[in-house]
Amino acid sequence: MASFWEYANPLKFMRVTDWLLPIVAVAAVVVTATGLIWGFFFTPDDFRQGATVKIVFLHVPAAMMAINVWVMMLVASLIWLIRRHHVSALAAKAAAPIGLTMTLIGLITGAVWGQPMWGTWWAWDPRLTSFLILFLFYLGYIALWAAIDDPDTGADLTAVLCLVGSVFAVLSRYAALFWNQGLHQGASLSVQPGTRMDWAYKAPLYTCMLGFGLVFLALLLAGTRTEIRARRMKALVARERMA
Amino acid sequence: MIPDLGRYTLEVSLAYVVSLGLIGVLAFFYWLRGRSVKRQLAEIETGRGKNG
Amino acid sequence: MIALLIRDLRLALRAGGGFGLGLAFFLILAVLVPLGVGPEPATLALIAPGILWVGALLACLLSLDRIFALDFEDGSLDLLATAPVPLEAVVTIKALAHWLTTGLPLVLISPVLGLLLFLPADAYLWLILSLLLGTPALSVIGTFGAALTVGLKRGGLLMSLLVLPLYIPTLVFGAEVVSRGAQGLAVNTPLALLAGITAGAVALLPFASALVLRINLR
Repeated sequence: MASFWEYANPLKFMRVTDWLLPIVAVAAVVVTATGLIWGFFFTPDDFRQGATVKIVFLHVPAAMMAINVWVMMLVASLIWLIRRHHVSALAAKAAAPIGLTMTLIGLITGAVWGQPMWGTWWAWDPRLTSFLILFLFYLGYIALWAAIDDPDTGADLTAVLCLVGSVFAVLSRYAALFWNQGLHQGASLSVQPGTRMDWAYKAPLYTCMLGFGLVFLALLLAGTRTEIRARRMKALVARERMA
Repeated sequence: MIPDLGRYTLEVSLAYVVSLGLIGVLAFFYWLRGRSVKRQLAEIETGRGKNG
Repeated sequence: MIALLIRDLRLALRAGGGFGLGLAFFLILAVLVPLGVGPEPATLALIAPGILWVGALLACLLSLDRIFALDFEDGSLDLLATAPVPLEAVVTIKALAHWLTTGLPLVLISPVLGLLLFLPADAYLWLILSLLLGTPALSVIGTFGAALTVGLKRGGLLMSLLVLPLYIPTLVFGAEVVSRGAQGLAVNTPLALLAGITAGAVALLPFASALVLRINLR
């Protein structure tokens, strides 16, 4: 009986991803390129935002992935804590730098977009602030992984940090919302370019979202394979030293 | 071929260059580290094979 | 457990002046800010709630690594972990000792610093109340951070990186209480949220801290 948990076996994971990774990688490049080229070359300018509307095809998928990657790390950490599958812990480790990069892309594209639209690179808008906070959480998580030598201890500690951090990240999100509303009533800047988006934008946007998802998946698989190998290497070296 | 970005040429192209650049750098590092770890592991495993 | 509390308090009071360090830091910050910003009372009054809260936060952070580091080095933490008292209780006592030696003095000295920063008269009550409600959360969250990094060499900097983001909700609501109090607005909502965060943190985080400590002592 084939079960999802079989893929938690590192050997099986390596065997499956060996042929899966190239497929996902090619798909990621093709879909992302399609979406971005579509968005960049073949969409009309927005009557209000002009050509800056094209940034949406980078900004929204990156922001979406920034949050999704953290959720994925949370799930992987829970699986590690409950079922002790090493692949899960290593996948969470491999995911963190991708999430960090996505958050950074979201912030940078947001700043570049905000400059012509709002006249400022940065505003302490709740949304922007939450992303900056998320960026700090990613940094802390990665730093903790980097600081601990023993892989199992590192996996345990970072998993607990991820759980606790998730709770506080959500709290911070609401705190930021509360904080800015408290200070500047009604002066909020909306990041979304209007709720009624035309299909001319929606279709390439969804393509880009799918593409960014695939990019994440490809990098995640590659990173997890590397981490599994590094883990095995560490175990071998330790065993040799013991013998 | 290149669409006319009007007065936002700098902003839009900057966003694209930086974003794709970041993803590219990340992918490059993942690839680089993956390659080096793979090679080191292979060395250790063949070394072990010779010794015992 | 009482004995443990007394022992921790005595150690904190004695060991190399660690007790006054946080307070001195808090005071220095309140002196440096006017020097940097300028002596304008209106400006200082505007930023005083934020400065006082950020100062309390950093002063708290300064003494966190003392919570477990000494006990870890001389092995008494291992003894505590195998003692009949549950580790969760030990962690709670440690956090309490940290609060009594850092948080409470900060609360008591804060009106003086408020005076230095021209905090509006209406806000003093809220400053004391919000710090009184908020600093236990700072201690408990900090204990979690200290437990995470206990085994690490030079864990202090890493701990700041881990703990400070966790302090954000407490800081936001705490400073909001004071600045609303200074403007004469209603403070019920942020005060309730601040109390909620403290209650939740005190109730739940010791379990996470004990779990993390067990992992580190493995």
